[in-house]
Amino acid sequence: MELVVALVIGALTASGVYLILRARTFPVVVGLTLLSYGVNLFLFSSGRLATGQQPVIGTAVSYSDPLPQALVLTAIVIGFAMTAFVVVLSLRNLADNEGDHVDGKQPYKSPAPEKEEEVTGK
Amino acid sequence: MNHWLTAPILIPLLGGILQVFMGYAPISLRRTLALATTVLILVSAIVLLALADDGSYRIYAFGNWQPPFGIVLVLDRLAALMLIVTAVLALFCHIYSIGGADEGNRQFHALFLFQLMGLNIAFLTGDLFNLFVAFEVLLIASYGLLMHGGGTVRTVPGLHYVVLNLVGSAVFLISVGMIYSVTGTLNMADLAVKIPQVSGEGLSIVKAGGMMLLVVFGLKAAILPLCFWLPRAYSKATAPVAALFAVMTKVGIYAILRVYLLIFGDDAGELANLGMDWLFPIALVTLAMGIIGALGSGSLKTLVAWQVIISVGTLLAPIALGSEAGLSAALFYLLSTTWTVGGLFLVSELVSNQRGSAKDRIVTAPKMQNRTFLSVLFLVGAVAAAGLPPLSGFFGKVLILKSVEPGTEMAWLWSVLLIGSFLTVIAYSRAGSIVFWRTVDGHLEKPDPLNGRVSVAAGALTALAVVMVVLAGPITRYTDATAAQLHNNDAYIEILQTPMIREDS
Repeated sequence: MELVVALVIGALTASGVYLILRARTFPVVVGLTLLSYGVNLFLFSSGRLATGQQPVIGTAVSYSDPLPQALVLTAIVIGFAMTAFVVVLSLRNLADNEGDHVDGKQPYKSPAPEKEEEVTGK
Repeated sequence: MNHWLTAPILIPLLGGILQVFMGYAPISLRRTLALATTVLILVSAIVLLALADDGSYRIYAFGNWQPPFGIVLVLDRLAALMLIVTAVLALFCHIYSIGGADEGNRQFHALFLFQLMGLNIAFLTGDLFNLFVAFEVLLIASYGLLMHGGGTVRTVPGLHYVVLNLVGSAVFLISVGMIYSVTGTLNMADLAVKIPQVSGEGLSIVKAGGMMLLVVFGLKAAILPLCFWLPRAYSKATAPVAALFAVMTKVGIYAILRVYLLIFGDDAGELANLGMDWLFPIALVTLAMGIIGALGSGSLKTLVAWQVIISVGTLLAPIALGSEAGLSAALFYLLSTTWTVGGLFLVSELVSNQRGSAKDRIVTAPKMQNRTFLSVLFLVGAVAAAGLPPLSGFFGKVLILKSVEPGTEMAWLWSVLLIGSFLTVIAYSRAGSIVFWRTVDGHLEKPDPLNGRVSVAAGALTALAVVMVVLAGPITRYTDATAAQLHNNDAYIEILQTPMIREDS
């Protein structure tokens, strides 16, 4: 189970970081979401992974740590609010500017080089 | 348990909620109530300063849980000082904003008050996770404030600011998780007890967590590799918002002070002074970078925004060296620079309003109407910011220079700070002479007249540089005591033993 959780966190974070580094707002927003999922899972697992244990004292022989679960809950709520804000802001960016580029405008594209006509001796 | 500690959080919370529901009330009523809230925050900050001045720690435990199990607010001299800095700055920004900058957005005052609430929670909390929550509260309010006034120019810097801070929050959560997984606690006092006992495998995890925290706080404080978002975002924001943001970088510095003096301080065993030997060179490079930016800036607001980065570098250098005198000097400079930079942001907007299409760009333009008043304000602000005598910036810099022990560090700090101050003077005199002296003939057709509120707010905030010189004695005594208190971690740890109120009593 530990290996699977670690792989999932790693995959989520890696894809999140990759998408954030893109230059369009939509991948950036998706990347932030994936990153926050990875972070939430990581935070959840910081209280050690266990099966069949409840975070309430007295209901079972041993209990799991309740604090990371409380932290994750807070982080999820805050993450949702922030994601909603970024979505609205990127829509605004899309409307205000020419495209959904994060810098508001397309980077300068050099025009296609003119085709040189072959100079032949004929 | 002292219930006064909740006042700087509850007052803006209630005032902000009131503003949210008053969106369609007459604007004069909203302004009066909002301003009254800010005045009340200042009053509560003064009360807390008086409480903290006896040097003891006061805690407020939510739900009467014995720390480290519950969430606590902790008041000490440093927290009280930061509350006062914020409240004074916020009052003048707020007075300025009711001169017309708050129009066009019904929720400006609500956002402004929520921003203050976030700042106050950050200064009072004694818990790492609560610090994260406070950061998020102040950030989401700051996103709204940054966009205030609209305009396409604000969308792109705003988007960069928001995305960067969200990534910062993710890193903050990861580092909090790493530290929690080893120590099993997030209460700062408890961490100060647990961190020295960490050994073996846990050591490297906590070390990585601590260094990542430094990255997050560095992003908030805008130290070098993480500072490029700041000049564009701050120079595009409305003046009172930009002036209020002058304290936002100081939240990062406050967090560095708190975490790296208490948790990773001298007593932290193998993790003592984590990251501090990195911080000193980075601070000097940040300072140099800020000066290069200031010299190259094309408008007054960008110049002031780079001044924010200069002051961050100047503040972090003595903090990284870790001496008590350096810490005290840094706190004095923090007070001075926050207010001065705030005042300069307000003044540059006033200048911008009087120059028509030239705005605040450093180019020749027709004469301004209130040239004398504005140029005197700019002169006072620039002298205080550059650190020329006789204003408060000079005292701060002298104290910082005096606090370094002779050696390599002294050579570096003295040369960078002194050459840097000289170049800052050049940057300000270049800007001032072009904007105020090199004018073309004639006046603008319809200049915006100065109104009483904006000129009083900008003038008073700038004049604080003079007031600080008059009160330099008491302020230095207070910052000295604060530095001594920050270096005595045992007293902070004792809050873990504070007896809680029993239910039957």
